[in-house]
Amino acid sequence: MAEERTNGHKSGSNLERVLRAGHFAITGELGPPQSADAEEVIHKARLLKGTAEAFNITDNQTAVVRLSSIGSAVLVMKEGLEPTVQMTCRDRNRLAIQSDLLGAYALGARNLLCLTGDHQSFGNHPTAKNVHDLDSIQMIRMVKNMRDQGIFECGDKIKGEVPRFFIGAAINPFADPFEFRAYRLAKKAEAGVDFVQTQLIYDMDRFRKFMEQVVEMGLHEKVYILAGVGPIKSIGAANYMKNYVPGMIVRDEWIDGLRAAIADIPKEEKDARREALRNQGIKACSEQIKELREIEGVAGVHIMAIEWEEAVRPIVEGAGLLPRPQVE
Amino acid sequence: MIVGERKPLSEIMELLSGAQKVLVAGCGTCVTVCFAGGEKEVGILASELRMKSKLDDHPMEVEEATVQRQCEWEYIDPLLERLDEYDVVLSLACGIGVQAMNERFSGVVTLPGINTTSLSLPVEQGIWEERCQACGDCLLGTTFGICPIARCSKQLLNGPCGGSQEGVCEVDSDTPCVWQLIWDRAIEFDQVKRLLDIQSPKNWSLSRDGGPRKIVREDLQLESE
Repeated sequence: MAEERTNGHKSGSNLERVLRAGHFAITGELGPPQSADAEEVIHKARLLKGTAEAFNITDNQTAVVRLSSIGSAVLVMKEGLEPTVQMTCRDRNRLAIQSDLLGAYALGARNLLCLTGDHQSFGNHPTAKNVHDLDSIQMIRMVKNMRDQGIFECGDKIKGEVPRFFIGAAINPFADPFEFRAYRLAKKAEAGVDFVQTQLIYDMDRFRKFMEQVVEMGLHEKVYILAGVGPIKSIGAANYMKNYVPGMIVRDEWIDGLRAAIADIPKEEKDARREALRNQGIKACSEQIKELREIEGVAGVHIMAIEWEEAVRPIVEGAGLLPRPQVE
Repeated sequence: MIVGERKPLSEIMELLSGAQKVLVAGCGTCVTVCFAGGEKEVGILASELRMKSKLDDHPMEVEEATVQRQCEWEYIDPLLERLDEYDVVLSLACGIGVQAMNERFSGVVTLPGINTTSLSLPVEQGIWEERCQACGDCLLGTTFGICPIARCSKQLLNGPCGGSQEGVCEVDSDTPCVWQLIWDRAIEFDQVKRLLDIQSPKNWSLSRDGGPRKIVREDLQLESE
């Protein structure tokens, strides 16, 4: 019956249908507020609507307490967007993860991103106890078994409707040990992941090298790989990511591009400089997407415009990817 | 070894508030070797307490005693005769020693003077690094003898997270990424393949999550009379 309803797809989600139809897919991201303010979620959803197949809803991103991913996902669905629920291993054990996923599915969510989670020491509750009962690879396999075998982690049968998620994960081609990164993707593929989104790419050479290894191992045929991109809106932000964000490499050419954009604008003209930087950030991101489309094994892009949702539409448009495909 | 660190004097003074006569009790085993609660540290703390309480106009009478092992009845029993004299015992042993004292002697309370921190290796003079979490189901055999339960900030079992950079853990630049160490060992032994198998969820019931643990060895028990 489930097969019938999902038309032979694993989950029947829009993201899955677009990818399986062979289109170059786009996913976006929406960060819920640090409050119970539904309006903020709805506002962001309206800015993003129509720019991507599905939108990740972060789960206490950077270990800062926020409106829940599943709660926000419901708000987003009411606005006609498809959410990808994010779920970390940091805050929940195997009972809580499975229970929340049953709830998320019952509420209509169809895409899921399985994450280890940022360490709580980076967030606003650094004295919290972390869970890490499972790691992300174990979570992927658990969710796949729930979907394909109809069983819980303990082996008990799910009595009734089974949650059928399109299962995603994150990969970071820029972390170390570099040689292990493709193997880690292979482990996620073996565990049953359907799609992966990469860390923000600001080092195309290293990403190309990573993709060569991925293609050589045939992993691009098992998993849809969405390349992570994001516009940079200031030189300060670029330097911050380069120097302070763990697992991130930002090549100088990105910073040089931003510098060049404001080279001819006097320092006093702050608004004009700000505008020029933003335009450059959007343009560079669109250009990068065009480059990524040419790399073998890249099935789409994941656009992370954190607290800059307005940028997504011009980025996608600049890359020549609007309107988004409709797949039945 | 079990490693601890002495609590700040201010916290100890607060714990001891109201006490007139105090016994500072050290332990001659792990906490002696890690310089937290042996005879020497007992002497230093006792002097500090005498001076501080005098300065505060509530002079305490402070005595000292260090036994070979505060976690075994036979070593702590000799303290019993003297304990009635004290309002409080301040133990510089690990949490096991503190509880052994409280279980054995009902008349007087024993309070902790150190924080028991970890099962650690003294990698060099003055530096102790955690190596074991006593998880109850040792997996060192699958990770080339390096423990991700004790040494990975997220206790990952299937390889490094995205925060491993240049061999360092994202949580603390002084902490090596344990999965980098495991990977390096795998390369050294030319056995990378062993890291590609998916490790199943861990059985945490053998760790503290299963409730307080207890070992009963009937072969070692004395026959009941």
